[in-house]
Amino acid sequence: MTLAPEQEAAHGADAAHAASDVFPPFDPTYFPSQLFWLAISFVVLYIALDRFILPKIKTTIEDRRDRIADDLDAAAQAKADAEAAGEAYEKSLAEARSKAHGIAADTRDALDKELAQEAAKVEAELAEKQEAAEASIRAAKDKAFAEVRGIAASATAAAVEALAGVEVSDKDAEKAVDGAMKGA
Amino acid sequence: MADTNPIKQFEVHTVEFFGRELHFELFGYDLSFTNSSFFMVLTSVLTIVLFSTAMGRRATIPSRSQSVAEIIYGFVADMLRSTAGSDALRFFPFVFTLFIFILVANMLGMFPYFPAPGWHSFTITSHIIVTAALAMMVWLTVLVYGLFKNGPKFFKLFVPSGVPMYILPFVTVIEIISFVSRPISHSVRLFANMLAGHILLKVFAGFIVMLAGALGAAGYLVGILPFAMTLALTALEFLVAFLQAYVFAILTCIYLSDALHPGH
Repeated sequence: MTLAPEQEAAHGADAAHAASDVFPPFDPTYFPSQLFWLAISFVVLYIALDRFILPKIKTTIEDRRDRIADDLDAAAQAKADAEAAGEAYEKSLAEARSKAHGIAADTRDALDKELAQEAAKVEAELAEKQEAAEASIRAAKDKAFAEVRGIAASATAAAVEALAGVEVSDKDAEKAVDGAMKGA
Repeated sequence: MADTNPIKQFEVHTVEFFGRELHFELFGYDLSFTNSSFFMVLTSVLTIVLFSTAMGRRATIPSRSQSVAEIIYGFVADMLRSTAGSDALRFFPFVFTLFIFILVANMLGMFPYFPAPGWHSFTITSHIIVTAALAMMVWLTVLVYGLFKNGPKFFKLFVPSGVPMYILPFVTVIEIISFVSRPISHSVRLFANMLAGHILLKVFAGFIVMLAGALGAAGYLVGILPFAMTLALTALEFLVAFLQAYVFAILTCIYLSDALHPGH
């Protein structure tokens, strides 16, 4: 690369330390200064990072990791809870269903029993009435028979009186009627 | 006419603050505050400010800047863990500081102009003394911590197991040479990459100015070609700026792994 000589000269003049022949990166003039300021800068940066910044980043990352782990645990817990609640619901539903079945069966049984009782009661009443009716019929029949006997006896006595002219007492007539009836 | 000297960007010069040069000496050494010092301090301060702002809220759901801070943290932590094992995490602040310091310094160097003394940017990692200091720091850490932790067993590093007896002395010599030359390769790699990249950028950008000076209006038209080249190189240099910080950090991890487990 060609440089204008006057430019080089001007540049050499404004460089205060006049060591323009030396390639600047190898110019030892400011080596102590560079080492000194490098040490200061590096140590300050090291301390700032080591004491304040890096621990901050570390705890932030760890906090986040813990938080995520906690949240995942909480989510798993919530899922287990939800599943347990679901199971409990199913269980109570099944219980309610079986209870409902039980109540229905009980009600049916109770109604059946009541119906049977009612029917039995009605039947008993009917039987009683029938019996009473039969008894009254029998009584009427007996009475009728008894009246027939009296009529027969007086008829017998009248017949005997008319035919034989013998007065027959009522007792004898009745005896005769009884005998005839027995014979019949 | 703009200055087309591609070397000028690497010059270190004292700077003035409010008309006063910050010039001072200690034990006969010149410790003046220079543009290099300015960018070193700026690198540290900018890193601290950016990270502190990013982590200011410490939100569970991070903002963009907080995400970036956490991603860089995870990136360096994974790099260290995968190359040197979990017990190397004691060096995490050290490796992180190295990585972020070099990365921010490289990125600051990518500004062509900068509100800094002299209005031009300065890449501190383009100076061998800086990269050498960083590399020596790593090398000494490996050496001192390796000896402190493993005692004489540390020297097993130079005697690999499973090597036949007749070539073992030869391998050991090679291992020692490679260990001793580590700070050189470690520092020169970063330094040379940054230096060459910035020279190349400046050379191609300088072509535009020179073409314009030589050909006038037509020069600006032809200047599109070096301009395109400069544009492409700028993108490449951003990649290199990141990559060299990464390479420096991962080599540090590999070297630290030797200090922790010298036997392999």
